[in-house]
Amino acid sequence: MKKTLSLCLAALLLLPLVFALASCNKALVDVENLEGTYTRDLAGTTLNVYNWAEYISEGAEGTLYVTKAFEKLTGIEVNYSTYESNEVMYSKLKSDAVSYDVIIPSDYMIERLISEGMLLSFDPAAELSNYHYIDEQYKNLYFDAENKYSVPYNVGMVGLIYNTTMVKEAPDSWGALWDEAYKGKILMFNNSRDSFGIAQALVGVDLNSTDKADWDKAAAKLTEQKTLLQGYVMDEVFNKMEDGNAALAPYYAGDFLTMQEINPDLAFVYPKEGVNIFVDSMCIPANARNAEAAKLFINFMLEPEVALANAETICYASPNTGVTGNPEYSLADNEYLYPKDLSAIKTTYFRDLDPSTRKYYEDLWVTITTGN
Amino acid sequence: MTGAKAGASASVLTEKKEKTSLGAKLLNAPYLLWSAVFIVVPILMVVFYAFSETVGYYEISFTAGGREYVCELPAAEDLTLEGAKEQAAAQAGVSLADATFTHASLEYRSGGFTLANLKEVWSPASRRAMLLSFLYSLAATAISLVIAYPFAYALSRSGAKSQRIQMLLIMLPMWMNMLVRTYSWQQILENNGVINKALAFLGLGPATMLGTSGAVILGMVYNYLPYMILPIYTVMSKIDVSLLEAADDLGCNWLQKLWRLILPLSVPGIISGLIMVFVPSISTFYISQKMSNGMIKLVGDLIESKIKDQWAGGGLNVGAAMSLVLMVIILVCTFVMNRFSDDDGGGMVV
Repeated sequence: MKKTLSLCLAALLLLPLVFALASCNKALVDVENLEGTYTRDLAGTTLNVYNWAEYISEGAEGTLYVTKAFEKLTGIEVNYSTYESNEVMYSKLKSDAVSYDVIIPSDYMIERLISEGMLLSFDPAAELSNYHYIDEQYKNLYFDAENKYSVPYNVGMVGLIYNTTMVKEAPDSWGALWDEAYKGKILMFNNSRDSFGIAQALVGVDLNSTDKADWDKAAAKLTEQKTLLQGYVMDEVFNKMEDGNAALAPYYAGDFLTMQEINPDLAFVYPKEGVNIFVDSMCIPANARNAEAAKLFINFMLEPEVALANAETICYASPNTGVTGNPEYSLADNEYLYPKDLSAIKTTYFRDLDPSTRKYYEDLWVTITTGN
Repeated sequence: MTGAKAGASASVLTEKKEKTSLGAKLLNAPYLLWSAVFIVVPILMVVFYAFSETVGYYEISFTAGGREYVCELPAAEDLTLEGAKEQAAAQAGVSLADATFTHASLEYRSGGFTLANLKEVWSPASRRAMLLSFLYSLAATAISLVIAYPFAYALSRSGAKSQRIQMLLIMLPMWMNMLVRTYSWQQILENNGVINKALAFLGLGPATMLGTSGAVILGMVYNYLPYMILPIYTVMSKIDVSLLEAADDLGCNWLQKLWRLILPLSVPGIISGLIMVFVPSISTFYISQKMSNGMIKLVGDLIESKIKDQWAGGGLNVGAAMSLVLMVIILVCTFVMNRFSDDDGGGMVV
C-alpha cells in the first residue's frame, strides 16, 4: 500500500519532466516515398552519430523516428549518442577512445575543429543530392567560407523570455536581467560563453574580443548581477519558466516556443543591445570510419520530410528551404524563428577564441560563480 | 567482548586461516582484481594527471617524391595548422608544393611533471569552494547524526515486526535513483512548489527555499541519512539487553545509561555513519547544483566543470589535482574519526 502510494507520488513528481521533454509540435510524416532511392551498398556497416541531446525527431507521439527510418532505408546500423555541450563533444573527439562519423557542432566549434585538422573536407554541393535545399544565406558562413566541411542543420538566436504576469512592462533590453525589482526571480545561463555574451552586449563590447579589459568589464557586470539572481541554469529553465518560478530568463528562441506551449503567459523579445546567433551544422570528423555512410545520413537529414519532422520537434529555425517552403510546416510564420526583418536585430556569431583568452574568461567565470 | 574470549577466538582464527589459506586467496582473487582495476589504477591515474601537464602538438604526415614523412611539432599559440605544415615540409627539406599531406591535426598528450595544477587548486575560487564543501558536509553529517541516533536507538528497541516496517520505510526512497529524488525535492521547494502552494493556501509565504544553503544541506541529509541510520542501528541492535537491565538494577538513570553504556558501545556505528555521510557529501556536485539553482559551487562542481572541458587549459590536470586534494582531505578526516574508535573494525568502512 505504502509502496504503491510512493510510486504514485514519484510518478506525479516526474510529470513535469515528461511535459518538458514533449516537443512543441508534431508532424506526422513518413518517408515511404524514399524507399529504393537510397543505396543499400553499405548495409550491415555501422554509423556512429554524435548529436546534441534532444536534437532529432525520435518518434514521440507518432512522429518520424529519424534514425530508425534511416536504418530501414539503407540497412546501415545507427549507433546514436548525445552530448550536452560543444566542449564535451570536443573532449570526446580528442580522446582517441571513440570515433564518430557524424557530429553536429556549433559555428565557433566548427571553426576550431577545422583549424585543428579534425574535420573531413568534402564537397556537399556535388556529393549530396539534397544540398540544394540549404538556404543561400546559410552557405559560405564565416566558419566554413567555401562550404567544404559543414552542412547547416539548425539556426537559433538567444533572446529574453519573461513572464507577463510578473513583469509589468515589456522589456526591450538585457538590462532587465539586472533590474532590482525582480531580485530573486532572474535566471542566467549556467554556461560561461552565453552569460558573458549577454553582459558584453549590455556593456557594449565585442562578444569575440580578445582584449582582457573587455572581459573584465563584462565580468564586473556579471558579479554585480549575482546577488539578484535566482540561479544559473541550463535545462532547468524549462520547469522554472513553465511553472512561473522565475520571471526572467535568457534562452534560445526555439526552446521558448516549447515553454510557451505549456505556459501561455510567457513572452519573448530580442533585446536591442544585440543577441548571439548560432548555426549548428552536420560535419564528418577526419578520423571517421564510415564517411560514405555519413554522407548518406547527412543527405537523408536534408530530405524535406525528415527535416520537417526534425524542425517541428526541435522548434529551432530551419535553414532547409524544403521545410520553410512547406505549407504543412506549422512554424513557417513564427515571428521569433523567422523574423520579418532580421536586420532590425543585432546578431553576432561567436568566434573561436584563442586558448589564452578562453582560459582567461573561464577563470573569471569560476570566480564569479563561486563568489557570494 | 572479554579479553580471554577475544584471545581464544583469535587463535582459532589463525589456525583456520593457515588451513584454508589457498582457498581464501582464491576467494579473494575476484575482489583483488576488481580493486586493482577499478580502484588502484584510477587513483594512480588521478595522481599522474594531477602532476603532469597537457601539451598540444601537430601530427603531420605527408608524402613527397615517393617518400613518406611523419612529423610532430609542438603547438605554440601563434603556430597555425598551415604554418605547421610549412615547417614540417621545410624540416624534411621538400618544398610545400611537392608535399601531399595525408594527415594534419592538433593532438594532445600528457607532458612533463608540473606543480602548476596544485597551484591552481590553491586559487581563491577553488579554496572557497573547498571550504564551503567542508562546512556543508560537516553540517549535513552533524544533522544526520542528531536525527539518526535517537531514531536508530528507538528502532533497535522496537518489536520485530515494527523494525521490519520501519526498515522498509528507510530503504524505500533508496529504490529510486538519487537524481530523481533530488529532482523531486526541487519541485517541492520551488517558489511555486508544493510547500509554497500549501503556504499560500494558508495565507502565508511565499518562502524562498530552493537556492539557499539550507536546501543544499537538506539535499545532503535527505540523500545520505540512511547511511547514518543503518550502521548505528546495526551496532545498537547488538547491544545485549541484559546489559541495559544490569544498568537499571545498579541504579543508573537514563542519562548515565546513555553516556556510560549505550554511547560507548555504539561508537563504531557512529564512526562508520559519520564517514558514510561525510564522504559523499563533501564530494557531491549534483545535489549542490540542483538544490542551489547553480548558485553555490562546491568543489565537486568545479571538478565536474574542469573535466568536462578537459583539454582547454589543462582542465583534466587541474580537475585531477582538485580530486587528489579532496581525497587527501577525506583521508585525513577519516583517519581522525577512526582515532576515536578503539574497535577493531566491526562497523568500520574505510
